[in-house]
Amino acid sequence: MFESLTNKFNDVFRKMSGRGRISEDNIRESMREVRTALLEADVHYQVVKQFCDDVTQKALGTEVIQSLRPGELMVKIVHDELAALMGPVDTRIYYVSPPPTIIMMAGLQGSGKTTTCAKLANYLIKKGKNPLMVACDLQRPAAVDQLTIVGEQIGAEVFAVPGEKNPVKVARKAVTHAASTGRDVVIIDTAGRLHIDEDMMKQAEDIANAVNPHQIYLVCDSMTGQDAVNSAKEFNERLELDGVILTKFDSDARGGAALSVKAVTGKPIKFMGVGEKLDALEEFHAERMAGRILGMGDMVSLVEKAQEAFDEEEQAEMQAKMAKGKFTLVDFLKQMKQMQKMGPLKSILKLMPGMGANSEMLDMMKGDEFKGMEAIIHSMTPAERDDPSIIEASRRRRIARGSGTEPQDVSGLIKSFTQAAGMMKQMAGMGARERMGFAKQMASGGMGGMGGKVKQRSKRLTKKQRDKKRKGRKRR
Amino acid sequence: MALFKKAFSKLAKGLSRTKSRFVGGLRSMLAGRQIDADLLDDLEATLIQADLGVAAATRICQDLQTAHKEKHIAKGEDVIDFLKTELKKYWPESDRSINFAESGLTVILVAGINGAGKTTSIAKLAWQFHQEGKKVILAACDTFRAAAVEQLSIWADRIGCEIIKSSGGDPAAVVFDACDAAVARKADVLLIDTAGRLHTQDNLMRELTKIRDVVARKIPDAPHEVLLVLDATTGQNAINQAKAFLDAIDVTGIFLAKLDGTAKGGIVVAIRNDVNLPVKFVGLGETYEDVEPFDPETFVEALFA
Ligand SMILES: Nc1nc2c(ncn2[C@@H]2O[C@H](COP(=O)(O)OP(=O)(O)OP(=O)(O)O)[C@@H](O)[C@H]2O)c(=O)[nH]1
Ligand SMILES: [Mg+2]
Repeated sequence: MFESLTNKFNDVFRKMSGRGRISEDNIRESMREVRTALLEADVHYQVVKQFCDDVTQKALGTEVIQSLRPGELMVKIVHDELAALMGPVDTRIYYVSPPPTIIMMAGLQGSGKTTTCAKLANYLIKKGKNPLMVACDLQRPAAVDQLTIVGEQIGAEVFAVPGEKNPVKVARKAVTHAASTGRDVVIIDTAGRLHIDEDMMKQAEDIANAVNPHQIYLVCDSMTGQDAVNSAKEFNERLELDGVILTKFDSDARGGAALSVKAVTGKPIKFMGVGEKLDALEEFHAERMAGRILGMGDMVSLVEKAQEAFDEEEQAEMQAKMAKGKFTLVDFLKQMKQMQKMGPLKSILKLMPGMGANSEMLDMMKGDEFKGMEAIIHSMTPAERDDPSIIEASRRRRIARGSGTEPQDVSGLIKSFTQAAGMMKQMAGMGARERMGFAKQMASGGMGGMGGKVKQRSKRLTKKQRDKKRKGRKRR
Repeated sequence: MALFKKAFSKLAKGLSRTKSRFVGGLRSMLAGRQIDADLLDDLEATLIQADLGVAAATRICQDLQTAHKEKHIAKGEDVIDFLKTELKKYWPESDRSINFAESGLTVILVAGINGAGKTTSIAKLAWQFHQEGKKVILAACDTFRAAAVEQLSIWADRIGCEIIKSSGGDPAAVVFDACDAAVARKADVLLIDTAGRLHTQDNLMRELTKIRDVVARKIPDAPHEVLLVLDATTGQNAINQAKAFLDAIDVTGIFLAKLDGTAKGGIVVAIRNDVNLPVKFVGLGETYEDVEPFDPETFVEALFA
């Protein structure tokens, strides 16, 4: 997708070369691609519209027109604009004194509140805090049991009042209990509720009014579609949210809801849940999120994961090879095998630019992870493995037959290899920090040298002003 | 059709609130208008905002344009009827019903991502079958999530049906025992609850395949239904979910949960297009009574209400 979006942009602009100026029409044409990408990522229709209009305005500036590579520059503008909209990221939790700092979770049913409470508690424990979790979901069967069990798992006390039916009372008692037992943070789990359920929304307000939480977070499923704006808006109006936590981010969701929610509430996204384990909570990264929404691949995550999983020595050896340009298909296979340690190959590959969900490679992996890939490489002669560029149609057919695959699988693999080799060559020889920077740069469309610099304009300000205006209207 | 009354009033209630926010009611939008590019744009916007996705929305708009060219429809007011007829073709009566075993035990396997609504939906189905005088047994195969077994046990108590659980952590073992127990006790329906899992977690998807295999080995022709529970608020990712679950366990239909909110669940149109899966039930609340068989007419009406 990263490739294709850039390519599509370049196509749009190439048609123009020789004819001088890039017109508003060309930019609009390229924005159509952006629009589709965003809608497919579940960003709300109106948010997309506004976004595309804003970016069009921005792109009409001189930078694009003077740029040597307008396609890439457009990608960068789009990406940066997205990141700016979802930022600035502030993942700090502000503690009050005297303690306890009270944090309340709210959200729709099934969004992941209980698990997120435990993850947040766990995160705070690691930071030296002493949190208390409070079971105020008295609605769903066994919700209190669930919180109690996860509390045990992370070693945090859970406050519950057996037999009590009123969550407001539980919350109130919990705060008193926390203060008298020296807990410095109180995390209140609440029942999932629909934003249009008046009784339940009132109950949430009552809990908030009773204990005056210092922070109220909306827990939002990252797979949410267009409706994210409706629920987020209502929760924000009723509870004055302080932040948002996105869950289930370890899926292949593009996560456009993040942008929608940010757009309608103006509240920062603080964390994202990235797994079922109770330590799978990460601070939110607007940059990464932008790349992901655009389907450009989440390079930073990829590199981070790789660094966790890869053996230092092997990595050094591999890098030396890459730097010398001696990176072969056999090394590629080895690399891929190592990557398996990072988790299912499919999900890893999806993080790579140019490997959108539909690439040939991913299809090939469907059944047996990368058995097909291995078989293809094994069916090659040593000469072919050293230099896959010698593989023409008849060799391709032979390899396919030998490996029980289709010729297009063979070319798909070679294409991916060539792409990866080029990328790795550039990354080799960089230190970890540089590599991260490079990944970031790539993720933001900066690959292959940018034609010009893009200045950040005052977009954020106008957005804020807009939010302010909207807020002024709705508060009585 | 009395069954759907409640569904419709609930849906309509949610919708009236939505209308004033982001979705301009389609009906009023269409009144007195020509079928032109502007109208098609507005229609596309409405469909996309109902989570149908760009591809499905574009396709429907193209069909509409063709119908207009061929003079099947003339003005804005005709559009809704056209859409209703078109969309209703997506879900023929035949594949909306439950495929019961010809005789003896019917096994229904239920799966979906975390928090989609599986356990509650199972309670709803169990209650329905129980009402019809069938002997229902639940299998608590979510051995992973904290208190999942307790949750299902509470539902079993409330409904008054049996539940098979085990202290062990292996869902395949539980389903094995549950099949035996269901046969021995001459149950009519065995409903299997499974742990929520993201469709991208290959090992967990394989675990699900294993559960299905155990069922298939124990009971001839089982599972008779494999339901994927989808949260109606889910966006385009639901297509990936449907594909992955279809691959792993041969899903036969969708249980669309949480349709009592403001989300329209339009993604099931795209899923029908891309993966050809029917919708069998909709969930409309948190009690075991809040379930309706899927009715395309009501659904489409709500989509454009
Ligand atoms: N409003 C509404 N809420 C629902 C519906 N179905 C389920 N829920 C709620 O959604 C939440 C999650 O439902 P569960 O049945 O526990 O979902 P699950 O898929 O079994 O969840 P896990 O087993 O944790 O993956 C609960 O709070 C349910 O009450 C529905 O149709 N409407
Ligand atoms: Mg469950």
